[in-house]
Amino acid sequence: MSTSATRTLAPRLSAALAIFVVMAAVPPLALAVDDPFLMVIASRMLVFAIAALSLDLILGYGAMVSFGHAAYLGIGAYAVALGARWGVTDLLAQILLGMGMSAAFATVTGAISLRTRGVYFIMITLAFAQMAYFFFVAQSSLGGDDGVALQARSTLLGLPLEGDQTLYYTILGALVAIYAGLYRLTLSRFGRVLKGTRENALRMQAIGYRPFRYQLVAYVIAACLCSVAGVLLANLTEYVSPAYMSWHRSGELIVMLVFGGIGTLTGAVAGALVAVGLEELLAVFSEHWRLGFGLILVLVVLFSPDGLTGLMQRLGLRAPGLRNDGEGRGDD
Amino acid sequence: MFNLFLLQLLNGAQFGILLFLVAAGLTLVFGIMDFINLAHGVLYMVGAYLMATFAGMTGSYWFGLLLALPATLVFGLVLEFLVFRRLYDRSHLDQVLATFGLILMLSEGVKILWGSAPLNVDMPALLSGSVPLAGPLQYPVYRIAVIAAGLASAVGLWALINHTRAGMLLRAGASNRPMVAALGVDISRLFMLVFAGGAMLAGFAGAIVAPILSVDPGMGESILILTFVVIVIGGVGSIRGAFLAAILVGVVDTVGRTFGPIWLRMVMDPAAASQTGRMVAPMLVYLLMAAVLFWSPTGLFGRKGAK
Repeated sequence: MSTSATRTLAPRLSAALAIFVVMAAVPPLALAVDDPFLMVIASRMLVFAIAALSLDLILGYGAMVSFGHAAYLGIGAYAVALGARWGVTDLLAQILLGMGMSAAFATVTGAISLRTRGVYFIMITLAFAQMAYFFFVAQSSLGGDDGVALQARSTLLGLPLEGDQTLYYTILGALVAIYAGLYRLTLSRFGRVLKGTRENALRMQAIGYRPFRYQLVAYVIAACLCSVAGVLLANLTEYVSPAYMSWHRSGELIVMLVFGGIGTLTGAVAGALVAVGLEELLAVFSEHWRLGFGLILVLVVLFSPDGLTGLMQRLGLRAPGLRNDGEGRGDD
Repeated sequence: MFNLFLLQLLNGAQFGILLFLVAAGLTLVFGIMDFINLAHGVLYMVGAYLMATFAGMTGSYWFGLLLALPATLVFGLVLEFLVFRRLYDRSHLDQVLATFGLILMLSEGVKILWGSAPLNVDMPALLSGSVPLAGPLQYPVYRIAVIAAGLASAVGLWALINHTRAGMLLRAGASNRPMVAALGVDISRLFMLVFAGGAMLAGFAGAIVAPILSVDPGMGESILILTFVVIVIGGVGSIRGAFLAAILVGVVDTVGRTFGPIWLRMVMDPAAASQTGRMVAPMLVYLLMAAVLFWSPTGLFGRKGAK
């Protein structure tokens, strides 16, 4: 694995780098064509790329199909609302707050969820996310079901995140940092144990590891990183509502991941871009865009024997290295 | 106070019965085919919409029910034939994705066909009104009829599964599918029957709930997640577990919402009690699920060592 890994990893990195460079060019482009909405869409793409990346760590590398990952997106968003109320307006402090809340929730629910496997794990993560959803729906002081509008965006090191460009590059910076961090993490010993567990948990146990610990740590890390996306999403929309953690959102995160290819990190970023782009594109044609989105999803899964990644490969959409390992398709 | 408790207990049982009707088909599908179907709640919703349509067209609740049931059955079979059949051998991830896509499609389709505004179904004259229950307490006849219909379905299912040949194959299939297939049983046909039956039960639940709840495009999703909780608590593949868990979840949810704040008031001041109660009540069933799983990771009646 090691020699071939170094050879296949480089193109994966360059593909990611190409995406980041292209995305960095969006704001000047949006200014040039005088379409500020373009930048809003691109910001959404980047935020969801962070969320999809964090999901890739557990779903792609850990084979844990979490159907409740959007809960952490919502917890991050509420960290902004809570922080603003308590006078904490600094983005980094709010990120810390979001991470703390997510880590607490993920440690408890993850420890219980990881006692189970397969369909149980999918349903339990979904149910815990619903629990978080109802918790925030019941917070009437935070707007309950309707959510709450933020007074202002957060500040970064004393400077306000005014203007869409400043926020855009902040999000892009966070995405690049998280990508780099996860890239390192997945190559580390920790990442290798996680992948080993994905392939065969029993063998990992036999050679002396305790998969549970590694899986739980990965689950908590993924939750914390997803909450960063939540903090940024709240700043982007200047609005926080329980809808951010609805189970539809969790489903969409999985869709993004699979669109791009699981277990590659770069695929998560590409998939988020494609999925958000597709949503926006379909929404232009009809308010009933979900019909088309769902239809595309069903058709692609049905008529591509290896799932979506296989279709991507057959269509030649595989940027080198932007492909699934072929194994560990997130099952059992 | 006792009367209120009794009332809420009955409401909880009635809600639990509905959950059971939806969960019964789903737990068998999970158990036998190891197939995760997120779109099962859609069948409940479609049952309610078909009921609303047919009852409106014929002007009669009973004709509506008579038409809605086979229509939901056919709808379920079409879905099985077009989509689900191709997913059985796929990974859980593919199943989640495809059935999630199906939910998006069908919910949106329902919105296009029937609009987003909730629909109403009139209660049949025969079952409207209330009966005295205990002392001054009245209870709507219709809700009693729902409980009775659900219990009858549960007994019917029990008899079907425990005392017929099809039920025997089904139980065998749930515990060891490859072995049953190796013995020459057409497992995919068996599964189609299970799926069709489950679809009709879910549709039946949707149809009979239509007069008490409003029929809206979100109804399938809200019940789906509680159904998952029921299945996880009861144990995948266990009808008995699904029944007990459904009643438990129904009662805990309903009673908790009413009595949570009341009981909390005994230990805290009223304002804090009602705030905490409103917060905790919707989370109760999930906490219950967490507790059960902590104690037994495969649910109350799940097979040990099951996937």
